[in-house]
Amino acid sequence: MDYNLLIGGSAGQGIDTLGTLLEKVLQRCSYSIFSNKDYMSRIRGGHNFIQIRFSTKPVYCHKSTLDFLVAFDEITVKEHQDRLTEDGIIFADEDLRERIGEAHRKVIYLPVKKGAKEVGNPKVFTTVFLGALIRIYDLDLKIGKKVLGKYFKDEILEVNHKAILQGYEINMDHFSIAKPEEQEQKILINANQGIALGAMAAGVSFYSAYPMTPSTSIMNFLASNQREAKIVVEQAEDEIAAINMAIGASYAGIRSMTGTSGGGFSLMTEALGLAGITETPLVVANVQRPGPATGFPTRTEQSDLSFILTASHGEIPRMITVIRNAEEAFYKTAKAFNLAEKYQVLVIILNDQYLADANQTINPYNFDKVAIERNLDNGEGYDVGEYKRYQFTEDGISPRIVPGMVKGQTVLSDSDEHDENGNITESAEVRVKMVEKRMSKLSMLEKEVEEPWYMGSEEPETLLVGWGSTYGVLKEAVETLNHEGVSVGALSFGDLYPLPRKAFNEKRKYAKKTINVEQNYTGQLAKLIRQETGISFDESILKFDGRQIDLEEVIARVKEVI
Amino acid sequence: MDRQNPFHCQEEKAWCPGCGNHGLLEGIKEALDQLEKDPHEVVVCSGIGQAAKLPHYINANGFNGLHGRSIPPALGIKVANPDLTVIIHSGDGDSYGEGGNHLIHNIRRNPDITHFVHDNQIYGLTKGQASPTTRQGHVTGIQTEGVQLEPFNPIALAISLDCSFVARTFMGDKEHMVKIMKEAIQHKGYALVDIFQPCVVFNKINTFKWYKENTYKLDDDYDPTDKIAAFQKSQEYDDGIPIGVIYKKEKPSFLEGIEYLKDQPSLVKRDLNPDNAKSFMEGFF
Repeated sequence: MDYNLLIGGSAGQGIDTLGTLLEKVLQRCSYSIFSNKDYMSRIRGGHNFIQIRFSTKPVYCHKSTLDFLVAFDEITVKEHQDRLTEDGIIFADEDLRERIGEAHRKVIYLPVKKGAKEVGNPKVFTTVFLGALIRIYDLDLKIGKKVLGKYFKDEILEVNHKAILQGYEINMDHFSIAKPEEQEQKILINANQGIALGAMAAGVSFYSAYPMTPSTSIMNFLASNQREAKIVVEQAEDEIAAINMAIGASYAGIRSMTGTSGGGFSLMTEALGLAGITETPLVVANVQRPGPATGFPTRTEQSDLSFILTASHGEIPRMITVIRNAEEAFYKTAKAFNLAEKYQVLVIILNDQYLADANQTINPYNFDKVAIERNLDNGEGYDVGEYKRYQFTEDGISPRIVPGMVKGQTVLSDSDEHDENGNITESAEVRVKMVEKRMSKLSMLEKEVEEPWYMGSEEPETLLVGWGSTYGVLKEAVETLNHEGVSVGALSFGDLYPLPRKAFNEKRKYAKKTINVEQNYTGQLAKLIRQETGISFDESILKFDGRQIDLEEVIARVKEVI
Repeated sequence: MDRQNPFHCQEEKAWCPGCGNHGLLEGIKEALDQLEKDPHEVVVCSGIGQAAKLPHYINANGFNGLHGRSIPPALGIKVANPDLTVIIHSGDGDSYGEGGNHLIHNIRRNPDITHFVHDNQIYGLTKGQASPTTRQGHVTGIQTEGVQLEPFNPIALAISLDCSFVARTFMGDKEHMVKIMKEAIQHKGYALVDIFQPCVVFNKINTFKWYKENTYKLDDDYDPTDKIAAFQKSQEYDDGIPIGVIYKKEKPSFLEGIEYLKDQPSLVKRDLNPDNAKSFMEGFF
């Protein structure tokens, strides 16, 4: 059984607190969770909401149909009540009775604010609400109390314990919702946190960035652990500084990283070329939001791919990969550091606001699966001054020694075209050899990229193709459609550039219709595939309103076009 | 010469004959040699411009980055490996124009980096346009009516931000320059050294002779820790420009300020192990 609950209100009212607490309780009661956030670019007021989908079986995306609405204000009821199922229920504080008035669905009014006053702190009404929901869903109150202990301390914890009990004791019936089977404990995490943890597992020692929604939570996570991990997280004066700092740190031999969102990434583009021509390993995360310019700061889109494919003037090799869920965020980021150092190349990790703010229950990360492969040269065996940073070698990769670590050897990197030593050159011959040396990394990366994931009918009549954050919704849509007897499959791309082609070429042979599903206006993945293979898509499902396409919409739009 | 200076380098220099950069290059090599540094212990960072070619002409580690971006890579390098002596050589356009934001914020950040600005008050590489330090009224091919903008005063800016070491020297006085360079390199924290040098092709006003006649050395009893006095010195120009250490402020450098890094091996010397990060997953259960 699969439930969908929405908590709505204005910014600053406490919907985040209730959402976080409820998710944690549901997680510890062994439910599978997928939650996502819809918020405005403001600190107080407006209309924000969190959707928590919880289930006894794994869930991979959000959906539109709601079972429960937790309304902190009347706007939440007006905005969302028609998404409730026929027997869906609205929960609201009894204070809102008059303002809500006639609703389209059943409303259960709860004395949560009153309860908070009774325990002596009006602020804890969210915890009273939590207590009431624990009662309603027949969850374990002990787990609820334990969860409070994770977030509060001392007197604050004490009053919250009173508040949860106050809510739990509100006299009402509980619903019989399905109970999940006991299972191995999962973690509840979003993809930005997965990226940050993956970077830490890979040994990131320096993260320089400028705060920008929705990428900031990567920096927040690293910063909150910097003291314990003894790493340096530095807020740069701008994104140009951020990426140049990271490049300097990498040149000097440590694993460094920067992250940003579209606007900040635009500022970084010149330095992408710097990483390329200096052959400095670099991992950059770009968490997409709708552009151009400031766009929709807190919303979602997949519209940076075309830009990122060639971002920077001139030609450089690069690898581009996109996150499809919180689980792969970890492994993919850790791997990105290895690839960056193996080929002395730029690796760009794409994510988007949807996954950056979507909490998912997943298996705990397996740190044994992370390998650290530095591919550094220890500098032995060179005569004094013999080392050349850009030495031509058989495989095209020059030995990389760490400056300062080898007496008698110096390392010179240059943004100008340079010779093997790193010195400026104007030679046509050297230029050609250097460009070929750098660009040959693309064919090496072609052997590293992974094919997209495939879901659905073995020989699909309709082939859906997406990338990144639409993975979950494509997976569930295909399952539903297959169940209804529709012959359909979906490819979800993770590694994007160099473009892996095998799976696409294989599956499209069966398909009468190929459809690209993307969160942008121009169909940027379809353009990339056409550019690399000459193959065009028959139909497109595109969405660019800043909101992630949901399960019902994918299914409906697929049915429209097939 | 008793020994061959290990910082000497055979690379052919792409600077004009008579360019102030030549003297400056000789000065930094001498300063580093006198400080008994080894080439592998030194990194010379630069942006783009005539001055910024310097890393190619010295036997040391070098990072010749993007225009205006000499400081951020230097910061990253210093964070990675504090044992390295990190020096920046870049011009007035690169340091004060294109890279102005980094200058401001790294003075605030106070990393242990020495920043030598080759200040010839003109753009050389792009052939003679005004730089931030070009004086008002100076006519160029672009500023055809004479420079209209107020000149940028790096010394006053640095003092106002409490920069931990602010100095000015003139490459025409090698002894003074080398002495200042050594002091700046030995200083723990961000050291900004504005070095006057002539551009023999594009600046016909601020010539070698002009600098010689228009600069004077600070008295021995000048107190560089007096901020107000230092600020007053920074305002002197038309009646003679003071050279020497103008302002000093003792304070912890950027890395010294990160308390949890104390007594830790430098980042570049750490052994990386994925398991070290395992505990950071606990919060997600």
